[in-house]
Amino acid sequence: MPEKSDVPQGTLALMVLKTLDLLGPLHGYGIARRIEQISGDLLAVNQGTLYPLLLKLEHEGAIASDWGASENNRRARFYRLTKAGRKQLQAETGDWERTAAIIARFFAAKAEDLS
Amino acid sequence: MKALRRFFARLSNLASGNRTDRRLLEEMEEHLARQTADNVRDGMSAVEARRQAVLKFGAAATIRENYHAELNLPFFETLSQDLRYAVRMLLRSPGFSLIAIATMALGIGATTAIYSVIDATLLHPLPYPRPAELVRIEDDLPGVDAQDVGISVPEWRDLQSSGIFQSVSISGHGANVNLTGSAQPERLSYKHVTANYFAVFGVDAQFGRTFDPHDTTPGFNLEAVISNGLWRREFGADPDIIGKALLLDNDLYHVVGVMPNGFRDLGSTNEEGNTEIWLAAGMAGLPFPPPLRGTRLQDRVVARLKPGLSIATAQRHLDVLVHSLKKQYPAEYPVQAAWTVRLSPLSETVVGSVRQSLILLLSAVGLVLLISCVNVANLLLARASGRGREIAVRQALGAQRTRLVRQLLTEILLLFLLGGIAGFTILFCTQRFLLRLVPESLPHLSDIAIGWGVLVFAVAVSVAAGTIFGLAPAWLMSGVDLIGTLRQEGRGSKGSPGRSRTRQILVVSELALSLVLMVAASLLLRSFWDLYKADPGFNPDRVVAIQTWLPGPNDPSADIYRTATQESVLLREILRRSRSLPGVEEAAIGDVPSLPLGHSQPSLQPLIREGVETMDNQAPVIDSPIVSPEYFHMLGMPLLRGRLFSDHDVEDTPEVAVINQAAARMYWPNQDPLGKRVRLHLDDRELLNSATPAWTTIVGVIADARTESLADAAIPQIYRSLYQHPDKSVAVFLRGQLDPSAILGQERNQIQSIDPQLPVFHAETLDEMLSSSLSVRRFSMEMVAFFAATALLLAGLGIYGTISYVVNEQRREIAIRLALGAEKGDILRMVLRRGLGLTAAGAGLGVASALIVSHLMAGLLYGVSPNDLSTFAGVTLVLSFVALAACYIPARRAMRVDPIVALREA
Repeated sequence: MPEKSDVPQGTLALMVLKTLDLLGPLHGYGIARRIEQISGDLLAVNQGTLYPLLLKLEHEGAIASDWGASENNRRARFYRLTKAGRKQLQAETGDWERTAAIIARFFAAKAEDLS
Repeated sequence: MKALRRFFARLSNLASGNRTDRRLLEEMEEHLARQTADNVRDGMSAVEARRQAVLKFGAAATIRENYHAELNLPFFETLSQDLRYAVRMLLRSPGFSLIAIATMALGIGATTAIYSVIDATLLHPLPYPRPAELVRIEDDLPGVDAQDVGISVPEWRDLQSSGIFQSVSISGHGANVNLTGSAQPERLSYKHVTANYFAVFGVDAQFGRTFDPHDTTPGFNLEAVISNGLWRREFGADPDIIGKALLLDNDLYHVVGVMPNGFRDLGSTNEEGNTEIWLAAGMAGLPFPPPLRGTRLQDRVVARLKPGLSIATAQRHLDVLVHSLKKQYPAEYPVQAAWTVRLSPLSETVVGSVRQSLILLLSAVGLVLLISCVNVANLLLARASGRGREIAVRQALGAQRTRLVRQLLTEILLLFLLGGIAGFTILFCTQRFLLRLVPESLPHLSDIAIGWGVLVFAVAVSVAAGTIFGLAPAWLMSGVDLIGTLRQEGRGSKGSPGRSRTRQILVVSELALSLVLMVAASLLLRSFWDLYKADPGFNPDRVVAIQTWLPGPNDPSADIYRTATQESVLLREILRRSRSLPGVEEAAIGDVPSLPLGHSQPSLQPLIREGVETMDNQAPVIDSPIVSPEYFHMLGMPLLRGRLFSDHDVEDTPEVAVINQAAARMYWPNQDPLGKRVRLHLDDRELLNSATPAWTTIVGVIADARTESLADAAIPQIYRSLYQHPDKSVAVFLRGQLDPSAILGQERNQIQSIDPQLPVFHAETLDEMLSSSLSVRRFSMEMVAFFAATALLLAGLGIYGTISYVVNEQRREIAIRLALGAEKGDILRMVLRRGLGLTAAGAGLGVASALIVSHLMAGLLYGVSPNDLSTFAGVTLVLSFVALAACYIPARRAMRVDPIVALREA
């Protein structure tokens, strides 16, 4: 089934991994909040698409989850990065940076540079 | 890796039934609660805060659906749904399901049975490592029309050092040896082989060792390797067997190794496959003839090619070698003999004889499978008319066509798979009984096993057949006319024109296929019958043959039956005592090649005619049995000219021979053969360069008899007398009112009271030999006939179903016709005409295909032409009759349609 998300799948997954890397174990709402805060309006609508993605990442072994109690003693499911997830994050960060650098150079190029 | 992990996580969810999305619901609730709380904190009213939270979360239904899809494997989930539905549908119409499953069980079961035979023979002919490297080497002399004339020891050495082969082995065709020293002397099947024999096959001993490949002892090296079976039977699986002595033909051998249980010697005949002792021999010292280039051993040469060398390349290298040898030894290789050496894949020589029969069976069974599939497809389409409403309703409720096709295909595949598994189960349970039907002469009979490989085959065939023959029905079934079907109030629906056209095509092809099978079966039946009825030229009636074997020690001077004079004392005594047995009217003696149709290898000797050929290498080979004078009378083979041998033709009198008419025609055309002199060379222990060549004079001509092959009316033969030519193999022929169970014991007593060292074995009537020589033919004929009958039955059912369906569909039309005054006879004719049309189309197509098939199988026919008119006409008539009879039942039903009832129904 195609994901009906305004955010490209891979990008959102990378964001989830990075958020968990920075902030440690978080529940779904927390992840959604952080992504919204950092990326502006990117996850302003359709926050629910996060949950199938979290399940997929869990199936892939990048994250793990457990029930736990949150700050105000409410039951919440906490997601945390696994070793494999950390490795995946490193690899994908590297890929992303390389791609971004190439695109940046491409856009920075002027007509005279190419002649 | 990631994807795999994900797949297994989902699969385990599916398997553990973890389909709930309670976790998601709880998380969603938690998420919304927090968002609402945050919104309230930002100053919204409680109701508005909740509303905004829900909006921000997005479409809950879609998210749940996506979550669910991620949780499980949707493909498998749908499959299990479809399967449950399919099982319900099959149970709802048990009659239909049972017929469809039984039809498929028949088709797939029969195909699987033949596959298991082919798997053991054609697909795995050589149970040795890297079998593609193994080749057989045959020497031919095309100039004198002689094939496989054997190899001489110098030629073998040339081949060994040619660089083409890893090693080249020579082995005997398998012969008998007497094991004495135990309670009862026993005759065992042995092969003398060169020391590198096992190295060529690449098989090692289970205990001890095989022969040292570098052993160069010129004669027998007195080492024996024994089979696992002999070790268990004769030595009680003695673990200390290595080094034990074995008295074989009065020579002392030592056991050096026991072969593993699965090792089976090469050989296309059962007798060779049962080889139990292998003796290593250098082929060059006594008792073998001196190693001269012109002295050919009538043995089999098997070699292993250098790795990576193709047979074609090896043959080119070999041709070069042969060419240079011919230059080097012009006297040994005369130009007119045109000596060549031919390589062929070893697998070919093992299964070559039955390949054609097996391929015929596989094609026949393939046709049956095809007909079963067509029949089931036809049944499915027939049922489609009953399910049109169900499908139309589902379509109206929004089911996509691909989804419907998928569901219907699942149902069909389930049907085929159940059929396949049922077929396999029946096969598995009846394998003991079925294996008894397989003729014993089939190579690798003991390797036929119904195991996992065969099950995989059955399942694969079911799935493939189900997919191929299920797609079209599923597609046609799912394509119902929605409005039309739903508008009809009654049960059932009108069939679509596409569906009934498909059904007619299916019936026509079914009829055509069964006609092909029936023609093939009838032609085989005719051939078999002709062979069975052919006059064999000898009288097998009430004759029993019992064999014994005289020891042939390696040192000729230790042989008490060395000369014809010595042996004839024994033979005459055996004859005298045999005649005294109760019921015996006549007795005669011959060697094994004289057993009519009862031997696997003809005894071929080069025939040198005085004044025509001067050397073995130029001579044609001829079949030459050795018999006692009574043999011809015993078998009723009439003398045409001259005289037979008598008791007075002995070792000291001139050697005489009797030939058959075929030999007279072939070697002395338009001449009188009587008085002509010939020499048959390579007689045992006769030196090639003996100063006085022993000429044999032809004294008589007898009528041709089919003692070599029932299919061949006239094979040239030359008979010589046992009293002039000693022979180690002895068959005693007895005619009379004999008690078959007692005669072997009685004869053994008589022979062993002369010489207790002689084994006496294998009593068989000539009628049995005659009948078992036809066993492979009989087997394939019976099988094809069985398949043809099945095909006819299925085709009859197919046309019956289709016509019934047509009649059912046309009830209204028929009712109107009747109401308007049509006669019942008109209705009957109308329906039958329809059936006749289908039959004619099927028969026409079938006759055309049968003509192609019958020409392809011409090699298996005897005495009947592949386009035999009466067979084709008869078969077409039978098929038409069955088809019309099948149409007649629904036609009668059409005739009895009550216009009032039928019209009110509609």
